[in-house]
Amino acid sequence: MISRAFLVITAGAAVLSSSLWSIPSEAQEAQFFPGLQYRSGPYAPNGIPFANGYADYLEMLNARDGGINGVRIHYEECDTAYNNDRGVECYERLKRAGPSEPASWSPLSTGITYALIERVAADKAPLLTMGYGRADASDGRVFKWVFTAPITYWAGADAIIQYIQEQEGGSLAGKKIALVHHDSAYGREPISTMQRLAGEEGFELSLFPVTHPGLEQTATWRQIGRQLRPDWVVMWGWGVMNSTAVQEAAAVNFPMDRFIGVWWSGAEQDVLPAGTRAAGYKSLGFHAPGADFAAHQDILRYVYDAGKGWGDRSGVGQVLYNRGLLNAVLAVEAVRTAQARYGNRALTGEEVRWGMENLEITNERWAEMGLPGFAREIKLTCEDHEGGGQAFVQQWDGQSWNIISDWIQPRNEALRPAYEASALQYATENRIEIRDCAAEE
Amino acid sequence: MNTRMLTGWGFGVPGTIILIGLIFQLVTQVDSTFYFAWGYYFEILIAGLLQGVMYSLVALGFVLIFKASGVFNFAQGSMVLFAALTMVGLMEWGLHWALAFAATGAVMVLLAISIERVVLRPLVNQPHIILFMATIGIFYLLDGIGQTMWGSELKSLDIGIPRNSVEILENVFEGGILINRYDLVVAAIGAVMVAVLAVFFHKTRIGRALRAVADDHQAALSVGIPLKSIWVVVWTVAGLVALVAGIAWGGKLGVQFTLALIALKALPVLILGGLTSIPGAIVGGLIIGAGEQVSEIFLGHFIGSAIQSWFAYVLAMVFLLIRPEGLFGEKIIERV
Amino acid sequence: MFYREAGQFKSTYAKDQAIFPIKQDKLGVLAIFLFALLVVPFFASTYWLNSILVPFLVFAMAAIGLNILTGYCGQVSLGTGGFMACGAFFTFKLTTAFPEINIVLIILMAGFGTALVGIAFGLPSLRIKGFYLAIATLAAQFFLIWMFTQNPWWTNYNPAGVITAPPRALFGDFYITGALATPLNKYLFLLCFVAVMALVAKNLVRSAVGRAWMAVRDMDIAAEIIGIRPMFAKLSAFAISSFYIGIAGALWAFMYTASVEALAFEVTRSFQVLFMIIIGGLGSILGSFLGAAFIVLLPILLSNAPALLGIRMSTDMIAHLEFMIFGALIILFLILEPHGLARLWQLAKEKLRRWPFPY
Repeated sequence: MISRAFLVITAGAAVLSSSLWSIPSEAQEAQFFPGLQYRSGPYAPNGIPFANGYADYLEMLNARDGGINGVRIHYEECDTAYNNDRGVECYERLKRAGPSEPASWSPLSTGITYALIERVAADKAPLLTMGYGRADASDGRVFKWVFTAPITYWAGADAIIQYIQEQEGGSLAGKKIALVHHDSAYGREPISTMQRLAGEEGFELSLFPVTHPGLEQTATWRQIGRQLRPDWVVMWGWGVMNSTAVQEAAAVNFPMDRFIGVWWSGAEQDVLPAGTRAAGYKSLGFHAPGADFAAHQDILRYVYDAGKGWGDRSGVGQVLYNRGLLNAVLAVEAVRTAQARYGNRALTGEEVRWGMENLEITNERWAEMGLPGFAREIKLTCEDHEGGGQAFVQQWDGQSWNIISDWIQPRNEALRPAYEASALQYATENRIEIRDCAAEE
Repeated sequence: MNTRMLTGWGFGVPGTIILIGLIFQLVTQVDSTFYFAWGYYFEILIAGLLQGVMYSLVALGFVLIFKASGVFNFAQGSMVLFAALTMVGLMEWGLHWALAFAATGAVMVLLAISIERVVLRPLVNQPHIILFMATIGIFYLLDGIGQTMWGSELKSLDIGIPRNSVEILENVFEGGILINRYDLVVAAIGAVMVAVLAVFFHKTRIGRALRAVADDHQAALSVGIPLKSIWVVVWTVAGLVALVAGIAWGGKLGVQFTLALIALKALPVLILGGLTSIPGAIVGGLIIGAGEQVSEIFLGHFIGSAIQSWFAYVLAMVFLLIRPEGLFGEKIIERV
Repeated sequence: MFYREAGQFKSTYAKDQAIFPIKQDKLGVLAIFLFALLVVPFFASTYWLNSILVPFLVFAMAAIGLNILTGYCGQVSLGTGGFMACGAFFTFKLTTAFPEINIVLIILMAGFGTALVGIAFGLPSLRIKGFYLAIATLAAQFFLIWMFTQNPWWTNYNPAGVITAPPRALFGDFYITGALATPLNKYLFLLCFVAVMALVAKNLVRSAVGRAWMAVRDMDIAAEIIGIRPMFAKLSAFAISSFYIGIAGALWAFMYTASVEALAFEVTRSFQVLFMIIIGGLGSILGSFLGAAFIVLLPILLSNAPALLGIRMSTDMIAHLEFMIFGALIILFLILEPHGLARLWQLAKEKLRRWPFPY
């Protein structure tokens, strides 16, 4: 009896799995946007608003404009749980799941980015890693399929140091700066830049790695707050690590306005658990917070009023929501650019890649999209897949995030050679031919 | 516990603490980059001890269930998460926290009854590893249910415990000793809970029955102790302990999925204290908590930082090599 | 009718102790292997090759390794992820230092390295038992991962601490790692490699060493009394198990994800492999394969199911449902058949023998 029940289960599984061989597809002329998001797992509190912003914007375009220049958007998600092998599986599954070739990929995870770099090159699809992933992928001659717009971690590290320098009145000599970072591929990206700057500017850099998922920081912050007493603390954190760090910093009475996070450590989720004690905490940002844009109002009108919103109405305009929205904007604008060349139809990944490489979003264009002043102008080229690379500092006042600095321009004259050297090393290790940008049209 | 043992601990523990401090102070003579100050050392020690109580809260749940049923309950972590999620969810509906606490307690009782009925009863007499595996099934099930019901977003849980830090002993040590009041309150709650559990286990009828079951299932059954209801009681108590742990941890970190992972921090506490001893869970927690923080800060200087991810385990393993049944565990007697 | 042993007389001990004592078994395994080798490549899509068959084979290898230690020798280990990381990082260091040596040799060497690490962390098993040992092996897990994350030397000073598989060929142009390797190449190589290693394992567990392991598992004190050296038995189990697990880690890093950071081998990986052998069947090589198939396929199946059945469901709902169904199925399987899928096959075999005339 028992074994019969089993045979039924096994047989059922076999039938289901055999139907996996042919994945059904819609026979529509729609552009496919795959979403590698995470709405479950340890990083879900941060992944959810991002995913909502991404999906809502696409949904709004479909409802308001009927898609991109009349080509409808077909969006499908797969939950990676911020897990590298799940991410690879999702990628392999989604890449043929849509009505057309995928427009572009954005995994929102540096680890998954590393795993996908070779795959997207083989499958000819662009990979847009917006403010995460490999910094050296900014060199488009080696990383033809990867885009780092609008800014990389190395540029972010440079921007933070510039901001601190300005606050300190120009000189960092003899100052102490501590870097609290997630002990993973993501958290280690800024170290090399910070070390170089420490040498150049003469400040003393101390590293404090925090083990995934980041719950244990008592010792780290006792050391920072009670022994080292640095002038500034910089944080490269994600998920629960951020909120824990803010609370532990408050527990050792570290001054919040001398504590700066990268753009992934500056969302509502990171400061809310600490309550009022988080007021004064700063972070980098590369797009405006808040929902005071025409595009947001359109989202509320066309998506939420129609009951099709992915998240809660109150989440629209949160920092990470806006980040997801920005990601969607860049992906859509790349398609638009490519459509101007290849025609208004569902495009292949290769065509979208051309669009992304020739992407240019001017301030006028931002205003046209209903997002005036939302982010910086972006212009990508064959050599430069980062394009712009500016950031500002925002501060939490206990209620909301407010921009408190001008746009900071990272010193590309030092960063650019570093990208190129690192990319070149990657190219030799992996036998990649370096593109000759002048020869391409 | 006899007087000899008490004096042993009474002198041994402060002795060890001061000895370790002295060693560190000696190191400063050799290595000038190494930082040591007595006030700082004691502050870290206290922070570590308070952290250790938080670990003990989770470890207690494991011990209760292991003691009475020999089941290594991997799902304890997700019970912590589930309890905290339920409580926050109820509070978001507008319930006062005391009411939400009571309601969540009731939910944990229901959970205990259903686990006994659905999972444990059909698996009676199976090898331990099978039961262990079944609790991993419960782990996944509970995680899924909790998140489906209450969502995966971060929620903050505030029942009014003060969170600011205070400085004490400013005249004794330079800079004083900084202590977080939240940790102090939680430690007090933990102490009260352990006292209640100790009374419950040693003085009440059910407690004696529990200890009988722990000693020998069959002998307990033959003298008329109802095994099934005992298991329900144990899982209920473990559920309530999980609720308290959930409130303590959730209040500190916010309630979200990661709470289920703190179970991993309780494991070294368990093996150090012994899987079957309630005082062991407390003492183990204190040792691990303090040892971990002190080593991270002072030893980390030499072997690299972030060592607290493994240091607790290695510390526990070294203890085990000396006493394979843990600090307070029952002596394992094996016969062919 | 077809599956009966009547008439297959074993006239020597060697025949009686054969790996597959029944002719039908031998033919069946051979047929499955040939099917996988010759037929599957023509039908499987890249999704199947990349995301299902390759991880299945890699996990099967890891499960065989853990089964040797836990299923055959009775030592519960939660350090699998750490040992897999050893294999991956050793392979990376060796193959970047000696690019001219064939990758298979490198992987085997990394396996030997992992075996040494396994022996070192197996030493506590001489004194610690049961769950205490299981938790003590977590020390190996966390320490090894820490070591690989903290020392940039292991990743050749990659700023992000990630290793990427360099292109390596098995022979000529038959690339099995790196950007030049096709999914089919990887699959074919893995299939043959895992088949050979499984055969070796199967052979090993019926040898004197294997019998010593089982004696220690059943009752280590009794085993000692009848003259089995528990130290040798336990440490050899740790060594050989780590050898297999290390190779699995190398294959995971080089053939499946092609680029890993140490975090890919964190403790959840250890649990995953442990699930496989418990669900598949402790003390069974076949069970390792069945368990790996179950754990690899089930989540994929569950997350694909709504789309296949035509139900629109939100992503988080799917993820949560996947958790719940996975947990419920584990409990259900344990209640229905605590000895795993391999035991189920045993029962089916009994039935087959009498089919179609049961009595």
